[in-house]
Amino acid sequence: MSKEWPLWEVFIRGQHGLNHRHVGSLHAPDAEMAINNARDVYTRRNEGVSIWVVPSAAITASSPSDKGPLFEPANSKVYRHPTFYDIPEEVGHM
Amino acid sequence: MYAQLVQTDGLKKPEEMSPEERAFQERIDRGEKIEPKEWMPEGYRKTLIRQIGQHAHSEIVGQLPEGNWITRAPTLERKAILLAKVQDEAGHGLYLYCAAETLGVSRDELMELLHRGKMKYSSIFNYPTLTWADMGAVGWLVDGAAIMNQVPLQRTSFGPYSRAMIRICKEESFHQRQGYAVMMKMCAGTPQQKAMAQDALNRLWYPSLMMFGPSDKDSVHSAQSMAWKIKMNTNDELRQKFVDQTVPQAEYLGLTIPDPELKWNEEKGGYDFSEPDWSEFFDVIAGNGPCNKDRLGARVKAWDDGAWFREGLVAHAEKAAARKAPLAAE
Repeated sequence: MSKEWPLWEVFIRGQHGLNHRHVGSLHAPDAEMAINNARDVYTRRNEGVSIWVVPSAAITASSPSDKGPLFEPANSKVYRHPTFYDIPEEVGHM
Repeated sequence: MYAQLVQTDGLKKPEEMSPEERAFQERIDRGEKIEPKEWMPEGYRKTLIRQIGQHAHSEIVGQLPEGNWITRAPTLERKAILLAKVQDEAGHGLYLYCAAETLGVSRDELMELLHRGKMKYSSIFNYPTLTWADMGAVGWLVDGAAIMNQVPLQRTSFGPYSRAMIRICKEESFHQRQGYAVMMKMCAGTPQQKAMAQDALNRLWYPSLMMFGPSDKDSVHSAQSMAWKIKMNTNDELRQKFVDQTVPQAEYLGLTIPDPELKWNEEKGGYDFSEPDWSEFFDVIAGNGPCNKDRLGARVKAWDDGAWFREGLVAHAEKAAARKAPLAAE
């Protein structure tokens, strides 16, 4: 069987100036074709104004088993949220 | 539905589960999404590959009955609409292949299994589309039935499948509405045109009911899939919902559902209706429907005829990459 086209991850920036957001993946022989294909597969209804494609093989992901050590430390740090602080009403909006 | 008769080994009881399996089931029961690299039972992975793969194949093969009418659409507008719809089906197939690939199978492998007859696609696409009215009936009934199944699947437990479903559902409503619009036009036309619409309904009604799969009492494999939340409703529930939704739509068109037994049942708050001929269903699944050979033949031919092009693009990409980094080769 002949060589399979590599997999690319597709990121799209929507109309409203937000970050590029991961929308899915697709196969393409090279980056240029990946952009062309992403246009057809992921933006048929004006979903975007800019496309990034990244070879899937180039992505390093955190491992699911690291979920605890990576994210639990943030759980106890409630003082990072503004709602932790009681500000008197007289002070006005803050 | 688009994935019919996806088999599992039957429901495991909590005491038969390993600790890992029990923890996994608890996550699903809590409504957590399962993501590709996380631990999952082998049965869950295999069932999902079969189900998502079959769903993807259905989208791709599903382009053929409608593609048949693109060059013969009655107006330029209808042609543009039909093209857009068929292009969507290609897109939906691609979203789903990508979801399946996160489970460790490649798209080319899935294609190969389809081409060798080792994987199925929905039975509905083995029926022919004989007249323009079929483009109306397919959108209205077939896409209507698909939506009925896909809307609850947006909440399925496997993250990539759920996300693909959300994207698909967003686009699918257009498919059903354009079909119904075709039916409205035909039914408001000449008596001959209305008769064509009735004929399309007559031919596609029971095959559409078959899309939901055999009756619950005959589908022994549902329980495990439902526990895993990769099947959200039983076949009969969805079929009932579909009939209840579709009958008033047929009445509005002035068409008759081809079922003399169809009757409103006040007590259950739904219609009583005749079951499709299940022997026909199993025959079509086994490969003996009116168009099985044509459909699969067309897919295999497209794949084989496109091989030189796919390979050419790979060769071009490799040459271009080599030109860009001449030193790396040394």
